[in-house]
Amino acid sequence: MAQYRTSRILSDRASLIFVAIVAAMAVIVPILNLAIPQGSPGHVPTYIVTLMGKYLCYAMLAIAVDLIWGFCGILSLGHGAFFALGGYAMGMYLMRQIGTRGVYGNPVLPDFMVFLNYDHLPWYWLGSDSFLFTVFLIMAVPGLLAFVFGWLAFRSRVSGVYFSIITQALTYALLLAFFRNDMGFGGNNGLTDFKDILGFSVQAQGTRATLFFLSAAGVVGAFLLCRWLVGSKFGRVLVGIRDAESRTRFLGYRVEHYKLAVFTLSAVIAGIAGALYVPQVGIINPGEFSPANSIEIVIWVALGGRGTLWGAALGAVLVNFTKTYFTGAAPEYWTYILGAMFVLVTLFLPAGVAGALTGGGHPLRRGLGLFTSMGRRKQPEGGAVDPAEPEAAR
Amino acid sequence: MSAHHPPQGARPNPPALYLNDVHVAFDGFKAINGLNLIVEKGELRAIIGPNGAGKTTMMDIITGKTRPDKGEVFLRHDIDLTKKDEAEIANLGIGRKFQKPSVFESHTVYHNLELAQKAPRGPLAAIFARVSPEMEARIEEVLGIIGLSDDRDRMAGNLSHGQKQWLEIGMLLMQEPDLLLVDEPVAGMTDAETEQTAELLKEIAKTRSVVVVEHDMTFVEQLGSKVTVLHEGTVIAEGPLSVVREDPHVIEVYLGR
Amino acid sequence: MTSFVRILAFAVCLLAPLSAAAQDADPLEQAVADFHGGSYSDTEAFLQALAATGDERALPIIDALENDQLYVRETDGVAFVAVEGEEDDTLVLSDPVTGEEIGTVPDDDFDDVRVNNRIRRAIAAARGALTLLSDDAGVRARAADSVFTSRDAAALDTVREAIAQEENDRVLKKLREAEAAILLDQGADEADTLAAIETVRGRGNRDALSMLTRVTANSDGAVLEAAQAAVEDIEERLALLGIVQNIWYGVSLGSVLLLAATGLAITFGVMGVINMAHGELVMLGAYTTFLVQQFFAATMPGAMDYALIVAAPAAFLVSGGMGVALERGIIRHLYGRPLETLLATWGVSLILQQLVRSIFGPSNVQVSTPTWMTGTWEVVPGLALTLGRISIVLFTIVVFIGLMAVIQRTSFGLRMRAVTQNRRMAGSVGIRSGWIDALTFGLGAGVAGLAGVAISQIDNVSPNLGQTYIIDSFLVVVFGGVGNLWGTLVGALSLGVANKFLEPFAGAVLAKILILIAVILFIQRRPRGLFALRGRAVEA
Repeated sequence: MAQYRTSRILSDRASLIFVAIVAAMAVIVPILNLAIPQGSPGHVPTYIVTLMGKYLCYAMLAIAVDLIWGFCGILSLGHGAFFALGGYAMGMYLMRQIGTRGVYGNPVLPDFMVFLNYDHLPWYWLGSDSFLFTVFLIMAVPGLLAFVFGWLAFRSRVSGVYFSIITQALTYALLLAFFRNDMGFGGNNGLTDFKDILGFSVQAQGTRATLFFLSAAGVVGAFLLCRWLVGSKFGRVLVGIRDAESRTRFLGYRVEHYKLAVFTLSAVIAGIAGALYVPQVGIINPGEFSPANSIEIVIWVALGGRGTLWGAALGAVLVNFTKTYFTGAAPEYWTYILGAMFVLVTLFLPAGVAGALTGGGHPLRRGLGLFTSMGRRKQPEGGAVDPAEPEAAR
Repeated sequence: MSAHHPPQGARPNPPALYLNDVHVAFDGFKAINGLNLIVEKGELRAIIGPNGAGKTTMMDIITGKTRPDKGEVFLRHDIDLTKKDEAEIANLGIGRKFQKPSVFESHTVYHNLELAQKAPRGPLAAIFARVSPEMEARIEEVLGIIGLSDDRDRMAGNLSHGQKQWLEIGMLLMQEPDLLLVDEPVAGMTDAETEQTAELLKEIAKTRSVVVVEHDMTFVEQLGSKVTVLHEGTVIAEGPLSVVREDPHVIEVYLGR
Repeated sequence: MTSFVRILAFAVCLLAPLSAAAQDADPLEQAVADFHGGSYSDTEAFLQALAATGDERALPIIDALENDQLYVRETDGVAFVAVEGEEDDTLVLSDPVTGEEIGTVPDDDFDDVRVNNRIRRAIAAARGALTLLSDDAGVRARAADSVFTSRDAAALDTVREAIAQEENDRVLKKLREAEAAILLDQGADEADTLAAIETVRGRGNRDALSMLTRVTANSDGAVLEAAQAAVEDIEERLALLGIVQNIWYGVSLGSVLLLAATGLAITFGVMGVINMAHGELVMLGAYTTFLVQQFFAATMPGAMDYALIVAAPAAFLVSGGMGVALERGIIRHLYGRPLETLLATWGVSLILQQLVRSIFGPSNVQVSTPTWMTGTWEVVPGLALTLGRISIVLFTIVVFIGLMAVIQRTSFGLRMRAVTQNRRMAGSVGIRSGWIDALTFGLGAGVAGLAGVAISQIDNVSPNLGQTYIIDSFLVVVFGGVGNLWGTLVGALSLGVANKFLEPFAGAVLAKILILIAVILFIQRRPRGLFALRGRAVEA
């Protein structure tokens, strides 16, 4: 997979630029929103702040996906599930903060529970009124699910497209489960109508700016953590697993431990991104679990350029900016554009925008022909379903 | 060639590798059929045999990739390899070189060796791993042995075929194994490279046991070691190449073709 | 009084042909003329008189009565069929016998003939009696069933008469059951009751069960014992049939899954290509069915029943052609990169979905079911299989066998196997592997199209149709084992049957979740599926 390699120096400079930009945004955007009065030039309206905050949550999610896909070759088609679980954990806390201001005015039970004739909170809602415990849940729930699921999958050496398909089945199962009213998470409607977070109104300008700041900080934090990891020997083992899994194994590395560690970490990052996302968009519902959502995350990463982390973040912002624009201007074309993105990026831009920017891989200059011949010759290890199975047609 | 001695310390010098009556079948096809093999400590052994003789499957069994249906596989005299997986076996001191050169193409030559270097293999250890001066020195030493000192910062993917083969052997050395399994190391090499490789393996065999699977008879001759001939998953002859060559059974199934 | 009327009616009934021949008063007209409303008993008598005419023209009158559309004029007691007029408080009258419209009148002078449960029972009986003697065996059988349900004593004589002249065994059995039902309901001597219990027991379905359960509540001695034995017998039988029914539902669900997954098994299993647009190829097959039906409706509505027969090959070609285009245009550039293939084909699936949405709109289109696929086949009493499901299972079998034949017996199949086993070798013996790839992919895609034809008969045809089936299909292939069509067969059937067995006590959604979890866990144990290949070749 040599075409994803980027020159170390360039990519390090790119990382620096990336961190600088996001950090600068984290400070400047809230200032432009809060300090400059509305109507003055330079003022950034609150809705834009929130929109950008949403993009940053997506960017963080993209970094989480790139960590496992770009560096370890694990293509998860169910990462939206971890994002959504983090979001639900946050949503539960926000629901409990509504208190008596709900339609039914029940001090303990959220409206949908009163509506569904619950007489007490389900056990898994206990503690959701504590912010600290919520922070724990935000990381623990996606992390634990990823750990258990990953332990089962990696131990049995489920990899490549098989892994992708069962992650898709995982998020699909969760989608169906969360649609059920008796799951106790608001069914179809999910959790919404939030009022406060830590005593501050979620609608308030200051809260919005703070959430934006936290999202930017989350992106920088996730980026630096991942960068540090992939720069270590640990990261080199991951890349080794990606490129030559059995070589790594025969060198004595427990591939499943590495995969499990990085998969779990990635899920935790996705969960945090989801938790930052929910108070900004004001709702979390089962739709977040849809397999289509998860696969869309993958195209952010592919478009941005996998194996660079910052490329993934850039891809998330680019795709979602385009999405916002088109769903407003010409909604029927958005699906075409998204579909075309999947096709064109995989065919012509396998190293993504990042690859094109840093010159790593030169996919466009190499042209299509070479890919064909490369594809014919090389079978990636482990994950590939072998088209040359001898008894295939029996 | 039968199991005339049990693996447990009956001899003062236990063998490096001991396979007794090993069987494995894939969907009814008997890939390995009653295989017996003993490799002594510090021995260089060549294994030859026609296609489908079971050479690679034998390697798969020793390195834990394939579980035998039946039979004993022991490292030294006391370690049952059939109960262990690839990573454990590698950490017990068995290194394996694949038929197709298998190196980390998107890492530099240096990092390939660093990853192979004997060190704690856990994820946590890897996160905080630092290369000590002694380790650095060892990497430099091996770079010298495999003749890639000048290429230390090149991407392994950009090396020539022969260089990749050597890099992989270098990675085996970094593992500091007691036993090296080397699958067709000179496939695609020039004559000069083949000769150099033979020298390299002989050098390595001074301190470790080495098992080489090879097709190339010139190369086997250069190794000058004891030869084991496999056919249909079982050993049909063993001894110096000159003797084996005269064996009528061997001529019939292999050389005679 | 009742029995007198019945005898009279019976006599009239027997004389009817004679009197018709003699150009005498029409018995139906006579019966209508004799009815002047009054009490429920009078209405009941009227119904019996109608039944006695044996005249099918009486059926609309009975319908009208049932629908509160039979009125009696207060002034002279003449009966009319009438519906409410457009203006308030008016009625549109028509002649009960001829059905001719008479005119619109104020409703003041008219009384609705009221209906209660007793009358409803009489309606059913009259309808039964009218039809029990029909020339059409199907009508007679339905009539016998209707009497069985209504258990109206008034129909007993007609039933017995029908039994006397019935020649069709199936109808005869139903008539006997109807007779037994009436006897059980009105009570008879012990011997007759026991015989009736035996007859009803032979029917063996839920109606028979509830009837016999009622008997156990009001009887004692030998009758009670016999009824209880029969109830147990039927319950046991129904439980067994329930299982058979579940298996059947499972098989029919499984065969749909199989159709959807077989194409996938070819592209995924045999070629190693992950085609996320597979579901959309299924959807294209369904839309092709829709278009073919539209074409038939527009040009030769009489032949609508045969539209499906044309739609199947058409769908195969449309989806197959799309598959070939997909392989040549995109997938061949991505061989050996399964994850990229997955993403690119997902993009294609989005585009195809949106394309269909733009052309046909986002909502369901109406695909009709040919008449030969409607109706049921009662295998044994109490176990009725719909012809639609049977057709789909048969269709699946035909497709599967056909596919096997293509792979095993044709030269294309041979080339295909050669290429998938050893591409380079195949190339060197002169097989153009590129086109074999394209055609293999086209074959898989074409089968997806056939799946679309079948699914169009049982599910909504909308742009999202493919998404409903894609995950299940993947699970089937993964569960069954890649590269093995028999594995796909077993995988599809077991998932289908498991689903149907879980549904009754877990609910459809939970059943699906359980299946997903089960497959996820199963893959841990058998990462390469149920029928995995072992050995070096697999990992080469």
